[in-house]
Amino acid sequence: MVKVVFIEHDGNSHEVNAYTGESLMEAAVSNNVPGIDADCGGNCACATCHVFINPEWVSKVGERREMENSMLEFSENQKSNSRLACQIEISEEHEGLVVKIPESQY
Amino acid sequence: MEEQLDLKKENTIPDPWSLPLETLDVSKAEIFQSNQHGEYFRRLRQESPVHFCQESQFGPFWSITKFNDIIAIDSDHKRFSSDTNIVIGDAQDELVTPMFIAMDEPKHGVQRKLVQPAVAPTQLSELEVLIRQRVGNILDSLPANEEFNWVELVSKEITTQMLATLFDFPFEDRHLLPYWSDVATTSETVGIEVDMNERQRVLEECLAYFSKLWHKRAAEPRKFDFISLFAHGEETKDMINDPMEFLGNLILLIVGGNDTTRNSISAGVVELNRNPKEYDKLKSDPSLIPNMVSEIIRYQTPLGHMRRTALEDVEFKGHTIRKGDKVVMWYVSGNRDEEVIENPDAFIIDRNKARHHLSFGFGIHRCMGNRVGEMQLRILWEEILKRFDRIELTGEPERVLSNFVMGYSNVPVVVHKK
Repeated sequence: MVKVVFIEHDGNSHEVNAYTGESLMEAAVSNNVPGIDADCGGNCACATCHVFINPEWVSKVGERREMENSMLEFSENQKSNSRLACQIEISEEHEGLVVKIPESQY
Repeated sequence: MEEQLDLKKENTIPDPWSLPLETLDVSKAEIFQSNQHGEYFRRLRQESPVHFCQESQFGPFWSITKFNDIIAIDSDHKRFSSDTNIVIGDAQDELVTPMFIAMDEPKHGVQRKLVQPAVAPTQLSELEVLIRQRVGNILDSLPANEEFNWVELVSKEITTQMLATLFDFPFEDRHLLPYWSDVATTSETVGIEVDMNERQRVLEECLAYFSKLWHKRAAEPRKFDFISLFAHGEETKDMINDPMEFLGNLILLIVGGNDTTRNSISAGVVELNRNPKEYDKLKSDPSLIPNMVSEIIRYQTPLGHMRRTALEDVEFKGHTIRKGDKVVMWYVSGNRDEEVIENPDAFIIDRNKARHHLSFGFGIHRCMGNRVGEMQLRILWEEILKRFDRIELTGEPERVLSNFVMGYSNVPVVVHKK
């Protein structure tokens, strides 16, 4: 198990225990973290699991792939540290990962 | 009630299980109008989930009927193109109206991104108070204790007023919007016999009206309505010089914001009446409204399909889809896929994972206005519960003739005040 922290836009924070091998989106949804809709169920096809990676973690969660980029482009509040949580697979090195949830999912 | 309707249409629509699988043709608009498509798609999902129909009034086409297969095709925009045609029938060349839903990258993304701010969450939260006030006015003006058509007085009126706001369209002329929308979707390309030249003549009136608006908006500072955003967009400011493309995008935005929400508004009343226990659940716990909204949208699937065209030969689930083949993603079937959705034929307002449905499509062409639609439905039901004990369905609803729009033309009701 790996500890990851989701912070809502109002500052409310949720620390959850994630399984290695599951996606960051799955960790949020199975722990009832509010603000992650995940409409497509993890297929990189809806951009409703948008999160901002805390700057010190950006390099450790990998790069966006092309489809993820295309989907994020339609989000009104995307930034350089925006990722789709369904595209990040949890591993041991993510212990302590902190991500912020935007005010709204597209 | 559903059974009575089935009996009435029995003579014209054959039982799908009695037909040879190879020639099973789900594209006939009458199947949807008589609400018999459910069994057709059940058979395809069970026996031939990726199905090739050799002959139909639209020529040969593939049917994709399972939830996850639809996501796979919808997300694969590099091999499955939206260029020019996104419904089962091809438009005649001289009637092609380019619109960004029917374009591939990069042009699609450029145009979509320009108008998206009009329906983005920030903009919508500013509109919420106005929408709530208007919905309240519409509900307060309904006739008491007499039968009326919910579609005309509520579903159409709410969506029309919303659309008028998103276009900043002259409010007194707003009835033109659903009129143009209906003309646009009444087309041979979705299985309806119609005078296509007359259709084009009306749509040119629509173009003329909006061209005037465009020039007005172009001369004023940029603001957050669709026309202003297009007129001031760097890449779209000359669209007015390509009238067919301007018309195409107008039709897209009008139809996209009209039929879809209209029919979900009507469907909510129909399904709550067919499922009285769900209506009771709603009344005892109004916090279920957002979840119910998703369930209504899944259950109705206001747009039954979208179509792609293969750009190359693709091996898919043991079949070879050839370059140039039409591939129809039947959202209306995927939303009943028992492998993904538990008890899919049941309307359950507190359903788990209700947002996991196909009605908005997936991938880069996913519905741009999904939040607008959801917001209108949520506000409507919040305001209904404040005012009415019950919206009573008093007769058999009539469905529209189309393989694309899954809608109602008549939903007779009597409203009972609290």
